[in-house]
Amino acid sequence: MKNLSAAELRRRRGVYTMAILSLLAFIGFGLIPASGRNVTYGFILDKEWILIHQWVIGAKSASQLFAGIAMLGSIVAYMQFRARKTIRVASAITSAGLLMSFLSWAAAGKFIPFTGLLQGGLLLSVPLIFGSMAGVMSERSGVVNIAIEGELLAGAFASGVIASLTHSTTWGLLIAPFAGAMISFLLALFAIKYSIDQIILGFVLNVLVYGLTDFLYKRLLIPYQSTWNSGPTLQPLKIPVLWKVPILGPIFFDQTIIVYIMYLAVIFIHLSLFKTKWGLRTRAVGEHPTAADSVGINVNRLRFKNVIIAGMIAGFGGAYFTVGAVGSFGKEMTAGEGFIALAAMIFGRWSPWGAVGASLLFGFADNLQGVLSITGTPIPSQFMLMAPYIATIIAVSGFVGRVRAPAADGAPYKRGGNA
Amino acid sequence: MSLELRGITKSFGALVANDSIDLRVERGEIHAILGENGAGKSTLMNIVYGLLKADAGEIYVNDTLQEINEPSDALAAGIGMVHQHFMLVPVFTVAENIILGHEKSKRNGTLDLDQIRADIKRVSDEFGFEVNPDDLVENLPVGVQQRVEIIRALIYDAQVLILDEPTAVLTPQETDELLKIMQKLADKGTSIIFITHKLREVKIVADKITIIRRGKVVGTAQPSASQEELASLMVGRHVVLNPDKAAHPIGEVVLSVKDLAIKDHFGRTIVKNVSFDVKAGEVLAIAGVQGNGQSELAQAMINLEEFVEGSIKLGDDEIVGKSVKRALDDGIAFVPESRELDGLISTFSIAENLILDRHDGAPYAKGINLNPKVVKEQAQEDTKLFDVRFQSVDDPISSLSGGNKQKVVLARELSRPVRLIVASQPTRGLDVGSIEFVHERILAERDMGRAVLLFSTELDEVLALADRVAVMYRGEILAIVPSTVTPQELGLLMAGVVHA
Repeated sequence: MKNLSAAELRRRRGVYTMAILSLLAFIGFGLIPASGRNVTYGFILDKEWILIHQWVIGAKSASQLFAGIAMLGSIVAYMQFRARKTIRVASAITSAGLLMSFLSWAAAGKFIPFTGLLQGGLLLSVPLIFGSMAGVMSERSGVVNIAIEGELLAGAFASGVIASLTHSTTWGLLIAPFAGAMISFLLALFAIKYSIDQIILGFVLNVLVYGLTDFLYKRLLIPYQSTWNSGPTLQPLKIPVLWKVPILGPIFFDQTIIVYIMYLAVIFIHLSLFKTKWGLRTRAVGEHPTAADSVGINVNRLRFKNVIIAGMIAGFGGAYFTVGAVGSFGKEMTAGEGFIALAAMIFGRWSPWGAVGASLLFGFADNLQGVLSITGTPIPSQFMLMAPYIATIIAVSGFVGRVRAPAADGAPYKRGGNA
Repeated sequence: MSLELRGITKSFGALVANDSIDLRVERGEIHAILGENGAGKSTLMNIVYGLLKADAGEIYVNDTLQEINEPSDALAAGIGMVHQHFMLVPVFTVAENIILGHEKSKRNGTLDLDQIRADIKRVSDEFGFEVNPDDLVENLPVGVQQRVEIIRALIYDAQVLILDEPTAVLTPQETDELLKIMQKLADKGTSIIFITHKLREVKIVADKITIIRRGKVVGTAQPSASQEELASLMVGRHVVLNPDKAAHPIGEVVLSVKDLAIKDHFGRTIVKNVSFDVKAGEVLAIAGVQGNGQSELAQAMINLEEFVEGSIKLGDDEIVGKSVKRALDDGIAFVPESRELDGLISTFSIAENLILDRHDGAPYAKGINLNPKVVKEQAQEDTKLFDVRFQSVDDPISSLSGGNKQKVVLARELSRPVRLIVASQPTRGLDVGSIEFVHERILAERDMGRAVLLFSTELDEVLALADRVAVMYRGEILAIVPSTVTPQELGLLMAGVVHA
């Protein structure tokens, strides 16, 4: 094929890379290791309809099988590419095959709770998804949101403390968005009204929240722990019928209310952004604010509103750390998740579903690392921790195509400024 | 609908952009507002459109006073505007762009684009625009994007249409079509305010002309006035529009380009099969619509392009593969397409910008130090020679006007010993006075026996300066013709049409 566009060349490079990786996986995980050990995948969590307890298979044959699937996937991807069709599904199959091939090798002789692995991965990606949705909301309208970390932490703190004081998770959940909104109000005020550099501002806000919560934690939450920092936690709610679906049921439909709200939030944000008047206007002020202004849209007011809502989303996501998980607040407990959420948003190309995909990938990799460090693997767990970020760098630098931010992202709007 | 402005005044700090401007536009009239860059035309129109607020003055629509504080007020009063920089979101479709600000929603809260699609089709058919509502704007040619803007104004019932420098971005053919569209709109009763500094277009299409200079109305004219008269009113002194191009002996070949091909970073071919010579004392103009490989070809002349095949010879020296510095030292003056981006460093002073090319040698450098005294003295001398207007040579270059910036670039490039001058869009965005200066200077260099390679998208400029014209189309040279070619023939060539 001649005359390929830059995007097509990049896609072809991606397909080739997938094929080579599949082959390497087949050799490295499936042929070279000594045979004789089995890997056990456990599937059962609770009382699903059909009981598939576990699957025992020779580690080598499993690696070969999955690497084989990956190779098939890359061949299909190549054919799709030749036919100029989307290679998304084929790429996903290839990636999953590669991952499973690796897992079968890494867990040879061990037991892997497969369903639990996925369920835990979903849980770890919850704050990332909320955080990246906040990023999408804010940046699509043209305000860079580095303050996601601070918004998450503020939400975690407020919901933990309020839940502890009121002994009610409901109050904890209700207050979290407002804590996030307080931080994003500062972001909106200084970034939009006073045109302060948004990167520096976001960073300063994060430091502010770190400092403030650290202070209160030391002076209030530790000395008076029983009143201030021993809140209740949310219990999982089983969605009738759905939770009984094998494998998928326990993963998706046996979760806390926060996770269900997350599903709705993602769908709602996606639809709003691409199908409604608000979404059209939001994207317009993020891409070409002068054009929006010239048709009578109040650019800065819309941006202000969106940044505040973004803060509420991130704040609510912060509640996951306290009432959604451990109940009590811990010092700097968001531990950089806000920044990873930001990375997920960029990896997901500023689209809600893309950000969800990236968040799931990060969450899953994080959990995989946790599981493998317990069962023990041939490679140090720190390297496992690095894997998703290395994948991000590779993906962002070439394979997902040119990552394009909203054109006016980070640029304050003033009339008659630079049209 | 008639529109009248009375005593519009607007200042930005000490600068009075509009000084008590009066203007009246009748129904169905094409009213040209002529003025140089910075004369205050755009400010005035932004006030009418509600993007800026006037310090004083009143706007009357159909002889009734109208408060216009926001673009939405202007739209409601029937005033539409096509901005110089299009107000279209590139990643939106035509329909999305047009509905923006006037959205209708379906029962379920989602956006309803059906009505607007029909409206676009209706207007598009009426004027033969051939605009598809579902095309992405960024994929459309500039001329079509402009039509999208016009369609938007018409759909929202604009009775007065402001066109701000609408032809600046168009090819000659597109320009002619736009002028026809304007005529058609006016015949149907739309009043048009046509802002421009291009005299030819004004004469073709305008019913009435108002000339603005330094924020003031300095006169009105009839379209029958000569171009020289209009230009003189605009600039405030007598202007030579077509510099004397005396016949001149042509010397030997200075630049010889053979089988040149240029690729970009993605491996796509941008320029191919390009061969031409430029002789001493000759101006070869490379004409063509923006984006047909001229920028890359110009850059290749001093080796700014990375993936070049073929040969570029300056005298007997091969340029391809040499460093930029060697190319410049061999005697090439290079005036880049974008003076702000590539020609100057905006935060550096005028004096520093004048020695960007020679800062490392005597007399400007002494060991590892610069010699600021010499640098300054040289700057004083250069700026005087090239008539640069400034306050101090230590001021940042960004404080200068476009014309003065270009003079600084010329001063720097021409004060080296040069054999060849490569000038890319040397008058883009300049006012008439500065254009005159640049043109005279280029012809003077030619008369001194230098070879000039001029890249220009402006037909008038090409015809005024060139001895021969090479037309570029899709990366290739379509034809090389003598300068006696007519503008019509040249326009067709630029659109890729070759006569048998």
